Amino acid sequence: MEHAVAATPAWAVLAYLAAGVLFILALRGLSSPESSQAGNRNGMIGMLIAVGTTLALRPTGLELIIGAIAIGGGIGWVIAQRIQMTAMPELVAGFHSLVGMAAVLVGCAAYLNPGAFGITDAATGAILAVSRVEMGLGVAIGAITFSGSIIAFLKLSGRMSGSPILLPARHVINLGVLAGIIVLTGVFAFDAAAGMGQGPLLWVILGLSFVIGVTLIIPIGGADMPVVISMLNSYSGWAAAAMGFTLQNTAMIITGALVGSSGAILSYIMCKAMNRSFISVIAGGFGADSGSGGAKGEVIQKAYKAGSADDAAFIMQNAETVIIVPGYGMAVSQAQHALREMGDLLKKEGVSVKYAIHPVAGRMPGHMNVLLAEANVPYDEVFELEDINSEFGQCDVAFVIGANDVTNPLAKTDKTSPIYGMPILDVEKAKTVLFVKRSMGGVGYAGVDNPVFYADNTMMLLADAKKMVENIVKALNGGGH
Amino acid sequence: MDFLSILSIFVLAVFVGYYVVWSVTPALHTPLMAVTNAISSVIIVGALIAAAAGAITDGGGLSQWLGLLGVVLASVNIFGGFAVTRRMLAMYKKKDKKPAASK
Repeated sequence: MEHAVAATPAWAVLAYLAAGVLFILALRGLSSPESSQAGNRNGMIGMLIAVGTTLALRPTGLELIIGAIAIGGGIGWVIAQRIQMTAMPELVAGFHSLVGMAAVLVGCAAYLNPGAFGITDAATGAILAVSRVEMGLGVAIGAITFSGSIIAFLKLSGRMSGSPILLPARHVINLGVLAGIIVLTGVFAFDAAAGMGQGPLLWVILGLSFVIGVTLIIPIGGADMPVVISMLNSYSGWAAAAMGFTLQNTAMIITGALVGSSGAILSYIMCKAMNRSFISVIAGGFGADSGSGGAKGEVIQKAYKAGSADDAAFIMQNAETVIIVPGYGMAVSQAQHALREMGDLLKKEGVSVKYAIHPVAGRMPGHMNVLLAEANVPYDEVFELEDINSEFGQCDVAFVIGANDVTNPLAKTDKTSPIYGMPILDVEKAKTVLFVKRSMGGVGYAGVDNPVFYADNTMMLLADAKKMVENIVKALNGGGH
Repeated sequence: MDFLSILSIFVLAVFVGYYVVWSVTPALHTPLMAVTNAISSVIIVGALIAAAAGAITDGGGLSQWLGLLGVVLASVNIFGGFAVTRRMLAMYKKKDKKPAASK
Protein backbone atom coordinates (compact mmCIF):
# COMPACT_ATOMS: atom_id res chain seq x y z
CA MET A 1 0.00 0.00 0.00
CA GLU A 2 2.86 2.30 0.79
CA HIS A 3 4.07 1.75 -2.69
CA ALA A 4 0.76 2.76 -4.22
CA VAL A 5 1.13 6.17 -2.57
CA ALA A 6 4.66 6.62 -3.82
CA ALA A 7 4.50 5.41 -7.41
CA THR A 8 4.45 8.47 -9.63
CA PRO A 9 2.59 8.17 -12.95
CA ALA A 10 4.53 8.82 -16.13
CA TRP A 11 2.75 12.07 -16.96
CA ALA A 12 3.75 13.49 -13.58
CA VAL A 13 7.39 12.49 -14.05
CA LEU A 14 7.36 14.28 -17.40
CA ALA A 15 5.67 17.33 -15.88
CA TYR A 16 8.36 17.60 -13.19
CA LEU A 17 11.01 17.25 -15.89
CA ALA A 18 9.35 20.06 -17.86
CA ALA A 19 9.41 22.23 -14.73
CA GLY A 20 13.12 21.52 -14.34
CA VAL A 21 13.78 22.52 -17.96
CA LEU A 22 11.80 25.73 -17.51
CA PHE A 23 13.97 26.60 -14.48
CA ILE A 24 17.08 26.13 -16.62
CA LEU A 25 15.55 28.49 -19.19
CA ALA A 26 14.79 30.99 -16.42
CA LEU A 27 18.49 31.26 -15.62
CA ARG A 28 19.45 31.19 -19.30
CA GLY A 29 17.26 34.25 -19.86
CA LEU A 30 19.47 36.26 -17.53
CA SER A 31 22.31 36.24 -20.06
CA SER A 32 21.01 39.60 -21.28
CA PRO A 33 18.56 42.18 -19.93
CA GLU A 34 16.37 41.83 -23.05
CA SER A 35 15.64 38.14 -22.53
CA SER A 36 15.56 38.31 -18.74
CA GLN A 37 11.88 39.06 -18.27
CA ALA A 38 10.85 36.15 -20.47
CA GLY A 39 13.24 34.02 -18.42
CA ASN A 40 11.54 35.03 -15.19
CA ARG A 41 8.18 34.11 -16.73
CA ASN A 42 9.56 30.67 -17.59
CA GLY A 43 10.51 30.27 -13.95
CA MET A 44 6.99 31.12 -12.81
CA ILE A 45 5.45 28.69 -15.30
CA GLY A 46 7.84 25.98 -14.12
CA MET A 47 6.82 26.56 -10.51
CA LEU A 48 3.14 26.51 -11.44
CA ILE A 49 3.62 23.15 -13.19
CA ALA A 50 5.54 21.67 -10.24
CA VAL A 51 2.95 22.79 -7.68
CA GLY A 52 -0.02 21.90 -9.91
CA THR A 53 1.33 18.41 -10.60
CA THR A 54 1.90 17.73 -6.91
CA LEU A 55 -1.60 18.88 -5.99
CA ALA A 56 -3.16 16.86 -8.80
CA LEU A 57 -1.41 13.72 -7.57
CA ARG A 58 -2.72 14.18 -4.02
CA PRO A 59 -5.92 16.18 -4.04
CA THR A 60 -6.49 15.87 -0.30
CA GLY A 61 -6.54 18.49 2.40
CA LEU A 62 -6.74 21.16 -0.30
CA GLU A 63 -8.50 23.81 1.82
CA LEU A 64 -5.64 24.00 4.29
CA ILE A 65 -3.00 23.84 1.56
CA ILE A 66 -4.54 26.61 -0.50
CA GLY A 67 -4.92 28.65 2.68
CA ALA A 68 -1.23 28.14 3.44
CA ILE A 69 -0.22 29.17 -0.08
CA ALA A 70 -2.46 32.25 0.15
CA ILE A 71 -0.96 33.34 3.48
CA GLY A 72 2.66 32.80 2.40
CA GLY A 73 2.11 34.15 -1.10
CA GLY A 74 0.40 37.27 0.23
CA ILE A 75 3.24 38.00 2.63
CA GLY A 76 5.85 37.41 -0.08
CA TRP A 77 4.02 39.58 -2.59
CA VAL A 78 3.69 42.51 -0.21
CA ILE A 79 7.36 42.30 0.81
CA ALA A 80 8.43 42.21 -2.84
CA GLN A 81 6.45 45.36 -3.64
CA ARG A 82 7.60 47.34 -0.62
CA ILE A 83 11.27 46.45 -0.38
CA GLN A 84 13.80 49.20 -1.14
CA MET A 85 16.37 48.28 -3.76
CA THR A 86 19.13 49.22 -1.33
CA ALA A 87 17.80 46.54 1.03
CA MET A 88 18.05 43.72 -1.52
CA PRO A 89 20.98 41.98 0.24
CA GLU A 90 19.10 41.50 3.50
CA LEU A 91 15.93 40.52 1.63
CA VAL A 92 17.79 37.79 -0.26
CA ALA A 93 19.42 36.60 2.98
CA GLY A 94 16.00 36.49 4.61
CA PHE A 95 14.57 34.51 1.71
CA HIS A 96 17.48 32.06 1.91
CA SER A 97 16.63 31.38 5.53
CA LEU A 98 13.07 30.48 4.51
CA VAL A 99 14.30 27.95 1.92
CA GLY A 100 16.54 26.43 4.60
CA MET A 101 13.71 26.20 7.12
CA ALA A 102 11.35 24.72 4.52
CA ALA A 103 13.95 22.02 3.79
CA VAL A 104 14.21 21.26 7.51
CA LEU A 105 10.43 21.00 7.83
CA VAL A 106 10.13 18.71 4.80
CA GLY A 107 12.91 16.50 6.13
CA CYS A 108 11.28 16.23 9.56
CA ALA A 109 7.86 15.57 8.02
CA ALA A 110 9.35 12.78 5.89
CA TYR A 111 10.98 11.30 8.99
CA LEU A 112 7.72 11.35 10.94
CA ASN A 113 5.56 10.04 8.11
CA PRO A 114 7.85 8.13 5.74
CA GLY A 115 5.02 6.10 4.24
CA ALA A 116 3.55 9.18 2.59
CA PHE A 117 6.87 9.89 0.88
CA GLY A 118 7.31 6.31 -0.32
CA ILE A 119 10.72 5.89 1.29
CA THR A 120 10.01 2.81 3.40
CA ASP A 121 11.23 -0.72 2.82
CA ALA A 122 8.24 -2.77 1.65
CA ALA A 123 9.20 -5.79 3.79
CA THR A 124 10.18 -4.24 7.15
CA GLY A 125 8.46 -0.87 7.06
CA ALA A 126 11.71 0.84 8.05
CA ILE A 127 12.96 3.98 6.29
CA LEU A 128 15.47 3.01 3.59
CA ALA A 129 19.09 3.61 4.62
CA VAL A 130 19.86 5.65 1.51
CA SER A 131 16.82 7.83 2.17
CA ARG A 132 18.04 8.36 5.72
CA VAL A 133 21.39 9.62 4.44
CA GLU A 134 19.64 12.02 2.06
CA MET A 135 17.25 13.09 4.80
CA GLY A 136 20.06 13.66 7.31
CA LEU A 137 22.05 15.70 4.79
CA GLY A 138 19.01 17.65 3.65
CA VAL A 139 18.01 18.54 7.20
CA ALA A 140 21.61 19.45 8.12
CA ILE A 141 22.20 21.67 5.07
CA GLY A 142 18.76 23.21 5.48
CA ALA A 143 19.41 24.04 9.13
CA ILE A 144 22.84 25.53 8.38
CA THR A 145 21.27 27.61 5.60
CA PHE A 146 18.55 28.76 7.98
CA SER A 147 20.61 29.86 10.96
CA GLY A 148 23.49 31.15 8.80
CA SER A 149 21.09 33.25 6.73
CA ILE A 150 19.45 34.64 9.84
CA ILE A 151 22.86 35.86 11.05
CA ALA A 152 23.66 37.25 7.57
CA PHE A 153 20.27 38.98 7.55
CA LEU A 154 20.89 40.54 10.97
CA LYS A 155 24.34 41.75 9.92
CA LEU A 156 23.21 43.11 6.55
CA SER A 157 20.22 44.93 7.98
CA GLY A 158 22.36 46.51 10.67
CA ARG A 159 20.44 44.81 13.50
CA MET A 160 23.73 43.19 14.45
CA SER A 161 27.22 44.65 14.16
CA GLY A 162 28.94 43.85 10.88
CA SER A 163 32.28 43.38 12.59
CA PRO A 164 33.47 39.81 13.07
CA ILE A 165 32.72 38.02 16.33
CA LEU A 166 35.65 35.73 17.04
CA LEU A 167 35.02 32.87 19.44
CA PRO A 168 38.09 31.32 21.02
CA ALA A 169 39.06 28.05 19.32
CA ARG A 170 36.33 28.62 16.74
CA HIS A 171 38.06 26.49 14.10
CA VAL A 172 38.20 23.56 16.50
CA ILE A 173 34.54 24.03 17.43
CA ASN A 174 33.40 24.28 13.80
CA LEU A 175 35.42 21.30 12.60
CA GLY A 176 34.32 19.25 15.61
CA VAL A 177 30.63 20.03 15.09
CA LEU A 178 30.92 19.36 11.35
CA ALA A 179 32.58 15.99 12.00
CA GLY A 180 29.85 15.24 14.55
CA ILE A 181 27.13 15.94 12.00
CA ILE A 182 28.76 13.67 9.41
CA VAL A 183 29.33 10.80 11.84
CA LEU A 184 25.82 11.05 13.27
CA THR A 185 24.33 11.06 9.75
CA GLY A 186 26.20 7.81 9.12
CA VAL A 187 24.94 6.29 12.39
CA PHE A 188 21.44 7.58 11.60
CA ALA A 189 21.47 5.67 8.31
CA PHE A 190 22.16 2.29 9.92
CA ASP A 191 20.56 2.63 13.35
CA ALA A 192 17.58 0.28 13.58
CA ALA A 193 15.52 2.52 15.87
CA ALA A 194 16.04 5.53 13.60
CA GLY A 195 14.74 3.43 10.72
CA MET A 196 11.47 3.08 12.56
CA GLY A 197 11.30 6.82 13.19
CA GLN A 198 12.44 6.53 16.79
CA GLY A 199 15.36 7.88 18.80
CA PRO A 200 16.84 11.35 19.04
CA LEU A 201 19.49 11.08 16.29
CA LEU A 202 17.83 13.28 13.66
CA TRP A 203 17.02 15.93 16.27
CA VAL A 204 20.63 15.98 17.46
CA ILE A 205 21.82 16.39 13.87
CA LEU A 206 19.30 19.19 13.46
CA GLY A 207 20.41 20.95 16.65
CA LEU A 208 24.12 20.73 15.81
CA SER A 209 23.43 22.09 12.33
CA PHE A 210 21.59 25.12 13.69
CA VAL A 211 24.57 25.79 15.96
CA ILE A 212 27.21 25.49 13.26
CA GLY A 213 25.22 27.78 10.95
CA VAL A 214 25.61 30.51 13.58
CA THR A 215 29.25 29.83 14.46
CA LEU A 216 30.20 29.71 10.76
CA ILE A 217 28.80 33.14 9.91
CA ILE A 218 29.43 35.29 13.02
CA PRO A 219 33.23 35.56 12.48
CA ILE A 220 32.80 36.81 8.90
CA GLY A 221 33.10 40.59 8.56
CA GLY A 222 30.92 43.06 6.67
CA ALA A 223 33.28 43.35 3.69
CA ASP A 224 32.98 39.63 2.98
CA MET A 225 29.19 39.67 2.94
CA PRO A 226 28.99 39.31 -0.87
CA VAL A 227 30.73 35.94 -0.49
CA VAL A 228 28.58 34.86 2.45
CA ILE A 229 25.33 35.65 0.71
CA SER A 230 26.42 33.78 -2.43
CA MET A 231 27.55 30.84 -0.34
CA LEU A 232 24.22 30.62 1.48
CA ASN A 233 22.52 30.82 -1.92
CA SER A 234 24.51 27.77 -2.89
CA TYR A 235 23.62 25.91 0.34
CA SER A 236 19.92 26.52 -0.15
CA GLY A 237 20.28 24.84 -3.55
CA TRP A 238 22.07 21.79 -2.15
CA ALA A 239 19.39 21.49 0.56
CA ALA A 240 16.69 21.41 -2.13
CA ALA A 241 18.70 18.85 -4.11
CA ALA A 242 19.09 16.56 -1.08
CA MET A 243 15.33 16.67 -0.53
CA GLY A 244 14.87 15.98 -4.24
CA PHE A 245 16.87 12.78 -3.80
CA THR A 246 14.63 11.76 -0.89
CA LEU A 247 11.50 12.39 -2.93
CA GLN A 248 13.04 11.14 -6.20
CA ASN A 249 11.76 14.33 -7.78
CA THR A 250 13.55 15.55 -10.92
CA ALA A 251 12.28 19.13 -10.67
CA MET A 252 13.82 19.47 -7.21
CA ILE A 253 17.08 17.78 -8.20
CA ILE A 254 17.59 19.89 -11.33
CA THR A 255 16.72 23.07 -9.45
CA GLY A 256 18.92 22.20 -6.52
CA ALA A 257 21.86 21.52 -8.81
CA LEU A 258 21.28 24.78 -10.72
CA VAL A 259 21.00 26.91 -7.60
CA GLY A 260 23.85 25.11 -5.88
CA SER A 261 26.25 25.69 -8.75
CA SER A 262 24.98 29.23 -9.27
CA GLY A 263 25.77 30.19 -5.69
CA ALA A 264 29.14 28.44 -5.86
CA ILE A 265 30.11 30.34 -9.02
CA LEU A 266 29.03 33.67 -7.52
CA SER A 267 31.09 32.92 -4.39
CA TYR A 268 34.07 32.17 -6.62
CA ILE A 269 33.64 35.41 -8.60
CA MET A 270 33.37 37.44 -5.39
CA CYS A 271 36.44 35.80 -3.84
CA LYS A 272 38.43 36.43 -6.99
CA ALA A 273 37.33 40.08 -7.04
CA MET A 274 38.75 40.46 -3.53
CA ASN A 275 41.78 38.27 -4.16
CA ARG A 276 40.82 36.17 -1.16
CA SER A 277 40.66 32.42 -1.00
CA PHE A 278 37.31 30.87 -0.18
CA ILE A 279 38.87 29.16 2.83
CA SER A 280 40.14 32.42 4.29
CA VAL A 281 36.72 34.03 3.89
CA ILE A 282 35.07 31.09 5.66
CA ALA A 283 37.71 31.18 8.38
CA GLY A 284 36.59 34.76 8.95
CA GLY A 285 38.04 37.62 10.93
CA PHE A 286 38.72 39.95 7.98
CA GLY A 287 38.61 43.59 9.02
CA ALA A 288 38.75 42.75 12.72
CA ASP A 289 41.98 44.61 13.45
CA SER A 290 41.73 47.87 11.53
CA GLY A 291 44.87 49.44 10.16
CA SER A 292 46.89 46.23 10.04
CA GLY A 293 48.21 47.49 6.72
CA GLY A 294 51.26 49.16 8.21
CA ALA A 295 49.62 52.60 8.23
CA LYS A 296 48.77 52.26 11.90
CA GLY A 297 51.55 54.44 13.27
CA GLU A 298 50.80 57.36 10.98
CA VAL A 299 48.19 59.30 12.89
CA ILE A 300 49.47 62.56 11.41
CA GLN A 301 46.85 64.03 9.11
CA LYS A 302 48.32 64.09 5.62
CA ALA A 303 47.61 67.02 3.31
CA TYR A 304 44.73 66.75 0.92
CA LYS A 305 42.83 69.14 -1.31
CA ALA A 306 39.21 69.70 -0.45
CA GLY A 307 36.76 71.13 -2.96
CA SER A 308 33.18 72.32 -3.12
CA ALA A 309 30.22 71.27 -5.22
CA ASP A 310 30.76 74.33 -7.43
CA ASP A 311 34.38 73.34 -8.09
CA ALA A 312 33.31 69.82 -8.98
CA ALA A 313 30.56 71.06 -11.30
CA PHE A 314 32.99 73.40 -13.05
CA ILE A 315 35.60 70.67 -13.55
CA MET A 316 33.11 68.16 -14.90
CA GLN A 317 31.41 70.67 -17.22
CA ASN A 318 34.71 71.33 -18.88
CA ALA A 319 35.65 67.67 -19.15
CA GLU A 320 35.17 65.53 -22.21
CA THR A 321 34.83 62.22 -20.43
CA VAL A 322 33.65 61.44 -16.92
CA ILE A 323 33.67 57.96 -15.40
CA ILE A 324 31.52 57.56 -12.30
CA VAL A 325 32.60 54.91 -9.77
CA PRO A 326 29.77 54.13 -7.34
CA GLY A 327 30.19 52.09 -4.17
CA TYR A 328 28.18 51.05 -1.18
CA GLY A 329 28.30 54.58 0.24
CA MET A 330 26.13 55.69 -2.67
CA ALA A 331 23.57 53.06 -1.71
CA VAL A 332 23.61 54.03 1.95
CA SER A 333 22.81 57.67 1.21
CA GLN A 334 20.39 56.77 -1.64
CA ALA A 335 22.29 59.05 -4.00
CA GLN A 336 21.59 57.07 -7.19
CA HIS A 337 18.72 59.27 -8.44
CA ALA A 338 20.63 62.51 -7.90
CA LEU A 339 23.63 60.88 -9.56
CA ARG A 340 21.63 60.00 -12.67
CA GLU A 341 20.36 63.59 -12.81
CA MET A 342 23.95 64.81 -12.63
CA GLY A 343 24.89 62.44 -15.44
CA ASP A 344 22.00 63.69 -17.59
CA LEU A 345 23.01 67.33 -17.11
CA LEU A 346 26.61 66.55 -18.01
CA LYS A 347 25.51 64.67 -21.12
CA LYS A 348 23.51 67.73 -22.15
CA GLU A 349 26.74 69.70 -21.97
CA GLY A 350 28.30 67.21 -24.36
CA VAL A 351 30.28 65.30 -21.75
CA SER A 352 30.59 61.54 -22.22
CA VAL A 353 29.42 59.83 -19.02
CA LYS A 354 30.08 56.20 -18.12
CA TYR A 355 29.74 54.15 -14.97
CA ALA A 356 32.39 51.70 -13.74
CA ILE A 357 31.38 48.92 -11.38
CA HIS A 358 33.70 46.79 -9.31
CA PRO A 359 32.36 43.25 -8.75
CA VAL A 360 32.36 43.65 -4.96
CA ALA A 361 30.96 47.18 -4.85
CA GLY A 362 27.95 46.85 -2.57
CA ARG A 363 26.80 44.06 -0.33
CA MET A 364 25.89 41.45 -2.92
CA PRO A 365 26.86 40.55 -6.50
CA GLY A 366 25.44 43.03 -9.00
CA HIS A 367 23.96 45.29 -6.31
CA MET A 368 25.21 48.55 -7.88
CA ASN A 369 23.77 47.61 -11.27
CA VAL A 370 20.30 47.23 -9.78
CA LEU A 371 20.53 50.57 -7.97
CA LEU A 372 21.64 52.37 -11.14
CA ALA A 373 18.90 50.63 -13.12
CA GLU A 374 16.41 51.79 -10.49
CA ALA A 375 17.56 55.36 -11.08
CA ASN A 376 16.96 54.87 -14.84
CA VAL A 377 20.61 54.76 -15.81
CA PRO A 378 20.64 52.85 -19.13
CA TYR A 379 22.47 49.56 -18.67
CA ASP A 380 24.64 50.12 -21.73
CA GLU A 381 26.32 53.05 -19.95
CA VAL A 382 27.35 50.77 -17.09
CA PHE A 383 30.59 48.81 -17.45
CA GLU A 384 32.34 46.04 -15.57
CA LEU A 385 35.87 46.39 -14.23
CA GLU A 386 37.71 44.58 -17.02
CA ASP A 387 35.77 46.39 -19.75
CA ILE A 388 36.47 49.92 -18.57
CA ASN A 389 39.67 49.85 -16.54
CA SER A 390 41.89 50.73 -19.52
CA GLU A 391 39.83 53.90 -20.11
CA PHE A 392 40.79 55.70 -16.89
CA GLY A 393 44.11 56.70 -18.44
CA GLN A 394 42.34 58.72 -21.13
CA CYS A 395 39.47 60.08 -19.08
CA ASP A 396 39.32 63.61 -17.70
CA VAL A 397 37.45 62.98 -14.48
CA ALA A 398 36.94 59.92 -12.32
CA PHE A 399 34.04 60.66 -9.99
CA VAL A 400 34.26 58.24 -7.04
CA ILE A 401 31.19 58.16 -4.86
CA GLY A 402 30.95 55.98 -1.77
CA ALA A 403 33.65 53.55 -2.94
CA ASN A 404 37.06 53.28 -1.33
CA ASP A 405 38.89 49.95 -1.12
CA VAL A 406 38.04 49.10 -4.74
CA THR A 407 40.00 52.17 -5.89
CA ASN A 408 43.00 51.77 -3.61
CA PRO A 409 46.26 51.50 -5.60
CA LEU A 410 48.01 49.99 -2.54
CA ALA A 411 46.37 46.75 -3.68
CA LYS A 412 48.87 46.81 -6.55
CA THR A 413 52.01 47.88 -4.69
CA ASP A 414 51.91 47.24 -0.93
CA LYS A 415 52.48 43.58 -0.18
CA THR A 416 51.73 44.11 3.51
CA SER A 417 48.29 45.53 2.78
CA PRO A 418 45.34 43.29 3.59
CA ILE A 419 43.87 44.10 0.19
CA TYR A 420 47.09 43.36 -1.73
CA GLY A 421 46.39 41.63 -5.02
CA MET A 422 42.76 42.66 -5.22
CA PRO A 423 41.90 43.89 -8.72
CA ILE A 424 41.02 47.59 -8.46
CA LEU A 425 39.61 50.36 -10.63
CA ASP A 426 42.56 52.52 -11.73
CA VAL A 427 40.94 55.86 -10.87
CA GLU A 428 44.29 57.42 -10.00
CA LYS A 429 45.18 57.40 -13.71
CA ALA A 430 42.44 59.90 -14.56
CA LYS A 431 43.48 63.54 -15.06
CA THR A 432 41.34 64.56 -12.09
CA VAL A 433 39.83 62.41 -9.38
CA LEU A 434 36.79 63.75 -7.57
CA PHE A 435 36.35 61.69 -4.43
CA VAL A 436 33.04 62.02 -2.59
CA LYS A 437 33.43 60.88 1.00
CA ARG A 438 31.61 61.67 4.22
CA SER A 439 34.74 62.66 6.14
CA MET A 440 38.45 61.96 6.22
CA GLY A 441 37.92 59.70 9.24
CA GLY A 442 36.72 56.36 7.93
CA VAL A 443 38.98 54.27 5.75
CA GLY A 444 36.72 51.64 4.23
CA TYR A 445 36.02 48.12 5.42
CA ALA A 446 39.50 46.76 5.05
CA GLY A 447 40.73 49.50 7.39
CA VAL A 448 43.35 50.67 4.90
CA ASP A 449 44.20 54.28 4.10
CA ASN A 450 43.91 55.20 0.43
CA PRO A 451 46.81 57.18 -1.15
CA VAL A 452 44.42 58.50 -3.80
CA PHE A 453 43.03 60.89 -1.13
CA TYR A 454 46.38 62.71 -0.95
CA ALA A 455 47.33 62.65 -4.63
CA ASP A 456 47.90 65.96 -6.44
CA ASN A 457 45.20 65.26 -8.99
CA THR A 458 42.57 64.43 -6.36
CA MET A 459 39.95 66.76 -4.99
CA MET A 460 38.11 65.50 -1.93
CA LEU A 461 34.42 66.37 -1.77
CA LEU A 462 33.67 65.84 1.90
CA ALA A 463 29.93 65.55 2.50
CA ASP A 464 27.06 63.12 2.51
CA ALA A 465 27.03 61.56 -0.96
CA LYS A 466 23.46 62.52 -1.78
CA LYS A 467 23.78 66.14 -0.55
CA MET A 468 27.01 66.60 -2.47
CA VAL A 469 25.55 65.29 -5.72
CA GLU A 470 22.42 67.40 -5.27
CA ASN A 471 24.57 70.49 -4.78
CA ILE A 472 26.57 69.63 -7.89
CA VAL A 473 23.29 69.30 -9.81
CA LYS A 474 22.26 72.73 -8.52
CA ALA A 475 25.59 74.21 -9.58
CA LEU A 476 25.29 72.60 -13.02
CA ASN A 477 21.80 74.05 -13.43
CA GLY A 478 22.62 77.52 -12.14
CA GLY A 479 26.20 78.02 -13.07
CA GLY A 480 25.79 76.58 -16.58
CA HIS A 481 25.19 78.65 -19.65
CA MET B 1 13.53 5.63 -10.31
CA ASP B 2 16.61 4.05 -8.81
CA PHE B 3 19.32 5.97 -7.04
CA LEU B 4 21.79 5.81 -9.94
CA SER B 5 19.48 7.38 -12.51
CA ILE B 6 18.66 10.16 -10.06
CA LEU B 7 22.35 10.67 -9.41
CA SER B 8 22.95 10.90 -13.17
CA ILE B 9 20.31 13.59 -13.54
CA PHE B 10 21.85 15.47 -10.62
CA VAL B 11 25.39 15.38 -11.98
CA LEU B 12 24.32 16.46 -15.45
CA ALA B 13 22.21 19.26 -13.96
CA VAL B 14 25.24 20.53 -12.02
CA PHE B 15 27.10 20.84 -15.32
CA VAL B 16 24.16 22.54 -17.02
CA GLY B 17 24.01 24.93 -14.07
CA TYR B 18 27.72 25.63 -14.32
CA TYR B 19 27.59 26.66 -17.98
CA VAL B 20 24.27 28.50 -17.77
CA VAL B 21 25.34 30.57 -14.77
CA TRP B 22 28.66 31.59 -16.35
CA SER B 23 26.67 32.99 -19.26
CA VAL B 24 24.69 35.29 -16.94
CA THR B 25 25.82 38.89 -17.36
CA PRO B 26 27.37 40.33 -14.16
CA ALA B 27 24.93 43.23 -14.34
CA LEU B 28 22.15 40.75 -13.56
CA HIS B 29 23.79 38.94 -10.67
CA THR B 30 21.37 40.37 -8.09
CA PRO B 31 18.28 39.27 -10.09
CA LEU B 32 20.05 35.91 -10.53
CA MET B 33 20.22 35.48 -6.77
CA ALA B 34 16.60 36.52 -6.36
CA VAL B 35 15.35 34.13 -9.03
CA THR B 36 17.46 31.17 -7.86
CA ASN B 37 15.98 31.86 -4.46
CA ALA B 38 12.49 31.66 -5.91
CA ILE B 39 13.09 28.45 -7.86
CA SER B 40 14.85 26.68 -4.99
CA SER B 41 11.49 27.00 -3.24
CA VAL B 42 10.41 24.12 -5.48
CA ILE B 43 11.03 22.35 -2.18
CA ILE B 44 7.37 23.25 -1.69
CA VAL B 45 6.68 19.97 -3.55
CA GLY B 46 7.92 18.08 -0.48
CA ALA B 47 5.93 20.30 1.85
CA LEU B 48 2.77 19.74 -0.23
CA ILE B 49 3.22 15.95 -0.05
CA ALA B 50 3.53 16.14 3.74
CA ALA B 51 0.56 18.49 4.02
CA ALA B 52 -1.67 16.33 1.82
CA ALA B 53 -0.48 13.04 3.33
CA GLY B 54 -1.72 13.89 6.80
CA ALA B 55 -5.22 13.46 5.54
CA ILE B 56 -4.71 10.00 4.08
CA THR B 57 -2.35 8.15 6.38
CA ASP B 58 -2.58 7.45 10.06
CA GLY B 59 -0.36 9.19 12.55
CA GLY B 60 0.46 11.96 10.10
CA GLY B 61 -0.86 14.78 12.27
CA LEU B 62 2.40 16.50 13.23
CA SER B 63 3.89 15.72 9.83
CA GLN B 64 0.93 17.41 8.18
CA TRP B 65 1.35 20.59 10.21
CA LEU B 66 5.08 20.70 9.51
CA GLY B 67 4.20 20.34 5.84
CA LEU B 68 1.68 23.16 6.00
CA LEU B 69 4.20 25.45 7.70
CA GLY B 70 6.68 24.49 4.97
CA VAL B 71 4.09 25.44 2.35
CA VAL B 72 3.67 28.86 3.96
CA LEU B 73 7.42 29.55 4.10
CA ALA B 74 8.08 28.32 0.56
CA SER B 75 5.13 30.37 -0.74
CA VAL B 76 6.58 33.54 0.78
CA ASN B 77 9.70 32.78 -1.18
CA ILE B 78 8.04 31.82 -4.44
CA PHE B 79 5.77 34.85 -4.67
CA GLY B 80 8.29 37.22 -3.11
CA GLY B 81 11.22 35.93 -5.16
CA PHE B 82 9.56 36.01 -8.56
CA ALA B 83 7.82 39.34 -7.87
CA VAL B 84 10.95 41.11 -6.71
CA THR B 85 12.90 39.68 -9.67
CA ARG B 86 10.25 40.98 -12.04
CA ARG B 87 10.37 44.37 -10.36
CA MET B 88 14.15 44.54 -10.73
CA LEU B 89 14.27 43.32 -14.31
CA ALA B 90 11.67 45.90 -15.35
CA MET B 91 14.15 48.61 -14.32
CA TYR B 92 16.90 47.61 -16.76
CA LYS B 93 16.54 49.88 -19.77
CA LYS B 94 18.54 50.62 -22.86
CA LYS B 95 19.97 54.01 -23.73
CA ASP B 96 17.72 54.96 -26.66
CA LYS B 97 14.41 54.36 -24.94
CA LYS B 98 12.84 57.40 -23.38
CA PRO B 99 13.41 57.01 -19.63
CA ALA B 100 10.12 56.30 -17.93
CA ALA B 101 9.20 58.04 -14.70
CA SER B 102 10.79 56.18 -11.83
CA LYS B 103 8.28 54.11 -9.86
